[in-house]
Amino acid sequence: MRELDVADVTRAVADLCMDACYNLGDDVLAFFRAAVEREESEAGRDVFRQLLENAEIARREAMPLCQDTGLTIIFLEVGQDVHFVGGSLEDALNEGVRRGHTDGYLRKSAVEAPFAERKNTGDNTPAIVHTGIVPGDRVKLTVVPKGGGAENMSALAMLKPAQGREAVVDFVVDTVSKAGPNACPPMVVGVGVGGTFERVAYLAKKALVRSIGSANPVPRLAELEDELEERCNRLGIGPQGLGGRITVMDVFVEEAPAHIASMPVAVNIQCHSARHKEVVL
Amino acid sequence: MEKTLSTPLTEEMVAGLRSGDRVLLTGMVLTARDAAHKRMVELLNKGEPLPFDIAGRVIYYAGPSPAKPGKPIGSIGPTTSGRMDAYTPRLLDLGLKGMIGKGYRSPAVKEAILRNRAVYFAVVGGAAALGAQRVTGARVVAWEDLGPEAVRELDVVDFPVIVVNDIYGGDLYEEGRRQYEQAAAS
Repeated sequence: MRELDVADVTRAVADLCMDACYNLGDDVLAFFRAAVEREESEAGRDVFRQLLENAEIARREAMPLCQDTGLTIIFLEVGQDVHFVGGSLEDALNEGVRRGHTDGYLRKSAVEAPFAERKNTGDNTPAIVHTGIVPGDRVKLTVVPKGGGAENMSALAMLKPAQGREAVVDFVVDTVSKAGPNACPPMVVGVGVGGTFERVAYLAKKALVRSIGSANPVPRLAELEDELEERCNRLGIGPQGLGGRITVMDVFVEEAPAHIASMPVAVNIQCHSARHKEVVL
Repeated sequence: MEKTLSTPLTEEMVAGLRSGDRVLLTGMVLTARDAAHKRMVELLNKGEPLPFDIAGRVIYYAGPSPAKPGKPIGSIGPTTSGRMDAYTPRLLDLGLKGMIGKGYRSPAVKEAILRNRAVYFAVVGGAAALGAQRVTGARVVAWEDLGPEAVRELDVVDFPVIVVNDIYGGDLYEEGRRQYEQAAAS
């Protein structure tokens, strides 16, 4: 049994919040650089030029890429041989978010009583934490600052098994089509298929931390990803919805076994500020 | 090629804008988003005046990140405009001349834009560190308790926007998409 002080978890989360909000991933930057050449629309190419300049300023000045530094999603993978000491793990995670957003000058975007007072919690807590128990004595933390604009355009459907693959494709493309400029394209599209109502949403969210350009190792799913990407890019929405060839940066599909009666599909949309950072403790 | 405009906007200036035009905006714009719009319309419903003037003004749908010491503002970019649609026609009827945001507007807002000869601009979303470079001053003018959602006056210089909805019925989101849309392969 390995002991791990929760204070180390707090520090790691605070650092990841700031790192994710200031420093865009190399995969996204490489996509933007290629897209400046590839996008046919002039307005679209200008969007990519602005995004590259923005990323450079954010990194240099240590300031947020986007003012919407999101609700904080944390994927926590805990080795089963780890024993946390020094306090509550949940409190430690939230303290990390609090420090990251306060010390890092990140926006506080969480409100309580969502259909009533909508009072800002003041420190961007509570974090949304997904925990998995895995073999070993390590702890992996992945922080995803998730902005509201793209999240609002996400959707879930409980399709009928008889509707088959075509219905999955149509639902994803239709969701991206409706999202349009609202979701800050070019988007990353996380798709979950199968599981239950809550599992499928989790799969779609988890898909968003994959690297741009990666393919699902299952050929059937990789093929679906390619088809979805092509279909989405035919919509013509383009960068920022101003018209163009590049509407999505990538589509990632994850699946799970479903009930004999069910075919859940979830589409979680991520804006081009596709921020996520991870660390292993 | 970009046009340059200074606030406040006049009817003549707005009449010279067409969907797709790139504009560099200089002057003062107000920031207001969800919570501030709700308060504005609540005041108007009670027959009370707004704590700031909106005639001829431009509202930027934005809630900046906190400013670091010595900086006028933190990162700032547009939020999704459609959430303000329920409130917007009322403000346009009171003389609001321009809006800056991202995303679709409702038919009611587009009608109010035509009726009042106003303009809806988009700015690149998520380019908020870049956006901050064009802001030279910021002052809270109402509802400081709303934090990032407080109403601020921003001094902007050569702030790059693009015309989405003009007074002639132009809509860049529809036109741009139509130009690049391809039928699915059969």
